[in-house]
Amino acid sequence: MSKKLQALLRNSRMSGVILIALLLAVWQLSAMYLVRSPTWPTVTRIVEAWAENFADGTLPGHMLATFWRQMLGYGLAMILGVTLGLAMGYYRVLYNLFEPIVEVLRPIPGPAYLPVLVLFVGIGNEMKVVLILLAALFPILLNTYSGVRSIDRVQFDTARTLGLTTFQTFRELVLPAASPQILTGMRISLAISLILAILGEMIVSNDGLGYFTLLAQRTFKVPEMYAGIFTLAAFGYVLNRIFLVLEARLIRWHHESSGRT
Amino acid sequence: MPDYLSVQGLEKRFSSHGRAAFHNLTFSVEQGAFVALIGPSGCGKSTLLHIMAGLSEPTAGGVRLEGQPIHRPRPDMMFVFQQYTKSIFPWKTVLENVMLGVKYRADVPRKGLEELCLRHLDMVGLGRYPNYYPYQLSGGMQQRVAIARALARRPKILLMDEPFSALDAMMRVELQDLLLALWRDLGLTILFVTHDLDEALYLGQRVLMLSASPGTIAEDVTVPLPYPRRQIETRSDPIYLELRERLYRNMVAQVMAGRTDAA
Repeated sequence: MSKKLQALLRNSRMSGVILIALLLAVWQLSAMYLVRSPTWPTVTRIVEAWAENFADGTLPGHMLATFWRQMLGYGLAMILGVTLGLAMGYYRVLYNLFEPIVEVLRPIPGPAYLPVLVLFVGIGNEMKVVLILLAALFPILLNTYSGVRSIDRVQFDTARTLGLTTFQTFRELVLPAASPQILTGMRISLAISLILAILGEMIVSNDGLGYFTLLAQRTFKVPEMYAGIFTLAAFGYVLNRIFLVLEARLIRWHHESSGRT
Repeated sequence: MPDYLSVQGLEKRFSSHGRAAFHNLTFSVEQGAFVALIGPSGCGKSTLLHIMAGLSEPTAGGVRLEGQPIHRPRPDMMFVFQQYTKSIFPWKTVLENVMLGVKYRADVPRKGLEELCLRHLDMVGLGRYPNYYPYQLSGGMQQRVAIARALARRPKILLMDEPFSALDAMMRVELQDLLLALWRDLGLTILFVTHDLDEALYLGQRVLMLSASPGTIAEDVTVPLPYPRRQIETRSDPIYLELRERLYRNMVAQVMAGRTDAA
C-alpha cells in the first residue's frame, strides 16, 4: 500500500464516506437484480418518493411537527434540568433531599412513562412533549449537578476572597465551570428527545416523521417508509452537528485547556 | 497600641476528637512586614493561612486585624493560592480574570476599570497579554495573573500559600524578585507560606517556623539581610548561611520528632 493512501486512511474520514456510498450501491444493485421484492425497493425509488413528498410539502410539514415538539420538550428539560441541577449541585441540603428520588426515577426507561401519561394528559401533543421532557431531563440534571459538585474548592475560595455574592458566584464561576458537563448532558438528551418524539408519534399522532414513517409502512408505501427513515437520519445528524458547533464555540477554553482541539 | 495582624491562641482540629493541626498558636505581624512561614508538611501552615484569610474557622482562638476579629474574607486582605490553574478561571482571558476582582466593587469607579486592571497587569510584566487565555500562558505567567488580580483590589495584606512551589526553578527566582519589588513599591504586608527554607530566608524579614503537628512556633527569627536582595549574593552571605544551617537543623529535628511520634 502506498504511503499516500495510508496517510489518507489514517487522517481523513473519506474512507467512511466511500463505504456509505458503496453500501448504497450494493443496496441498489441487490434491489434491481437479486431481491426483487416490494419490501426492498431500489435506492433511486426511495429518493424519488422522498423528492415527491418533499416537493408537495408533506415531508417538510411532518419534519416541522417533529422538530417543534422535540424542541419544546427538550427546551423545557434544559430549563428544568439546569436550574434544578445548579441548585442541587450548589446547595448540599437540596442535593440530599432530591438525589435519592433522582436515583430511583432515573433507571426507568423513558417509554415506560407513556401509559401513565396517557392516563393523565391524554393522547394529544402535551403527552408527547411531557414524555420528551421526562426522558431528556435526567441526563441534563445529573450532569449539571455532578458538574457543579466537581468544582474545585480552590475556585470557590477564590470567589470568596474576591468578594463575589452568591449570584455573582453562579454567574462567574458555577455556570462556566460546570458548562462542559452540562453540555455533555444536553448532547445526550438531544438524541433521547428525538427518539421519544418519534416513539410518541408512532404510538398516537396525526403528524410528525414517526407518524409518516409508520403510516407509510401500514399502507404498503414501502419507498415512503424508507424515505421517512432517511429523513430521520439526516434530521438527527444535522441536529447533532449544529449542537457540536455551538458546543465548540461555547467551551473552546475547555477543549484547549484539556489538550483537545 | 494593638498589634497590626495578630493570631491569638489559635487551634484547629479537623474532628472533635482528632489531632489538632496546631494549638495555642500566638504571634503577630507588624504593618509592612514580610514574614515567611515555614514548617514540615502537615504542620498546618496552609490551614493557618486559610483561617487568617477568613476562609476557614478555627476551633479556638482568633485572628485580628487592627483589633477587629476576622471571620470572613476582607477586601483589604488578598489570598494567592498555590493552584493557579484553578484560581485563575480558564474560561476568562487574562484581563477578564483581573477585572473579576474589581468589577463588582462599589468603591471602584466603573470608568477606568479596564485601565486599572491593565496597569496592574503591566506591574507584573503581563502588559502585552490581556487577551490571552490561561492555557496559552506558562505556569509562571498564570501565577502573575493571580498576583495582578489580587493587587488590583488594592489590598494592604497579601496572604500567599506556597505560590511558587509548582513552578520550575527559573520562574520561581523571577517571581521571587518580582514579589520583593512589589512589596517594596506598594507598602504591602506579606505573609508567605512555603516549605522551602531557602525561599523563606531569601524573601522574609522574619521567618516563623512551625513544628510538626500539633504545630506550635518552633522558631521566630529576624533575617538581618539588606534589601534589595540578590539571588547569588544574598544566598552566599555568611549570615544567610548561618541562619540556614540553624533553621535546617531545627527542621530536620522536627521531621524526626514527627516520625517517632507516628511510629
